[in-house]
Amino acid sequence: MALQSLDVKNQSARTSTPPTARRTPEVAKLVDVSRCIGCKACQSACMEWNDLRDVVGVQEGSYTSPPDLSDQSWTLMRFHEEERDGALQWLIFKDGCLHCEDPGCLRACPAPGAIVQYSNGIVDFHEEQCIGCGYCTAGCPFDVPRLSGRDSKVYKCTLCSDRVAVGLEPACIKSCPTGALHFGSKQDMLFEAEERLGDLRERGFTRAAVYDPRGVGGTHVIHLLPHGDRPEAYGLPARPKVGLVQRAWRSGLARGVGVATLAGVLVAGLLHYMRYGPLDVPPGDRPDGEVKP
Amino acid sequence: MSTRDGDLILRHTNAVRVTHWAVAIVFTALFTSGLALFSPFFFWLSALFGGGPLLRFIHPLAGVALVLTFYPYALSHLADNRWLPADSRWVRHMFAYMRKEHADVGETHKYNAGQKLMYWSMLPLIAVLAGTGVLLWQPWFAPHFSAGVRRLAGLVHAACAFVMFVGIGIHVYAAIWTEGSIDAMIRGTVTRAWARFHHPAWLREVGGKDEP
Repeated sequence: MALQSLDVKNQSARTSTPPTARRTPEVAKLVDVSRCIGCKACQSACMEWNDLRDVVGVQEGSYTSPPDLSDQSWTLMRFHEEERDGALQWLIFKDGCLHCEDPGCLRACPAPGAIVQYSNGIVDFHEEQCIGCGYCTAGCPFDVPRLSGRDSKVYKCTLCSDRVAVGLEPACIKSCPTGALHFGSKQDMLFEAEERLGDLRERGFTRAAVYDPRGVGGTHVIHLLPHGDRPEAYGLPARPKVGLVQRAWRSGLARGVGVATLAGVLVAGLLHYMRYGPLDVPPGDRPDGEVKP
Repeated sequence: MSTRDGDLILRHTNAVRVTHWAVAIVFTALFTSGLALFSPFFFWLSALFGGGPLLRFIHPLAGVALVLTFYPYALSHLADNRWLPADSRWVRHMFAYMRKEHADVGETHKYNAGQKLMYWSMLPLIAVLAGTGVLLWQPWFAPHFSAGVRRLAGLVHAACAFVMFVGIGIHVYAAIWTEGSIDAMIRGTVTRAWARFHHPAWLREVGGKDEP
């Protein structure tokens, strides 16, 4: 990429090593779930900046609207209701891409350059390269990418890579009225998260935790969860990882073994023919051959 | 030897040959397009299919074409591929046969044991490939299955495809190696001498007495 801020450090189905001479600071979004009031300003800002309009749906008995992420909804406030000790609790969670350091989507993708990871950590889909196979939707440990029914391309949060590239915050950050959303270098965000974690624990949320799962190498969207011992309550997997099956399927080893198998069959055939020649009807048995005595 | 050695015997009917080549062409399309999806090293093969998105669209349709051409073809060959005691004997002497020392392979009917192994391996392999292919088929079927199921389907699909390639590779090589068999699959006929040498029991069945 021409812009330093959009240097690519990893891309789907690559056959060469991306340039790594330049180093860019890694960025991260911090979602302090304890401060979120569920106003959906981030959802609106996302639609606004990215020019997205989801279909107007119907009330389905929840404040979650639209009901799911889609090619038009890259971030979504999910309202999880639960009863604890006779009281209603609302666990509001801002769903969307977590921008994994080890992205399962990127590993799964067979189309060169359709999924890229910038050196700042943002994982971005380049829809013009996307072939619509949907492997990324199987590869994502967080069930985030959505295949569009209209154009068979996959869409998700870009972490406003276009804004970040020119030094702006993502649109959702800009819109948050309570300071639940922060953006900066990953280091700063982890520091900020630790401070807020201390506050939360002092206020009685003794099991609060920072969600930056190691199984996917950490994420570039980190969450401060008041009930950090139960990420599932927010709809987050407790131990997300790129599983063994997918690693085996998309590994260099599997590809190597596969290609070696092809080459092996061709070479074995060639060598066998060179050594033994064609299997022909013996001369004496040939119709045009000499008649055996 | 009689002059009748040069007589041509029908080995593959018109319908069988047409279906065989249809299966062969569809398999080639499936394998080259699947290879492009399997490894970035072969993604350039997608150019043969008009680019990645078209390849992704064509591959599962070709899979349906394979199922529709292969299974009727295979079922019509069921009787000729029944496993006989002589076939186990052939397998035991397989490597000698490959060294062209096949005094001991014994009686061979229309298909030898190698061909039968190919036949019986393709029946389940293509079924598994088709089944896992449906699980991965976007945008119509895959959304109904969980991510875990689809990941497993991807692994099984790829593994089966390579086993299939090895099988087809051996099949194609054996056809090249065995002079006269490609001609048989193109024109449909073999000479009486060819039939006596490779498939003596079959010659007796179709050609009546092999007069000296």
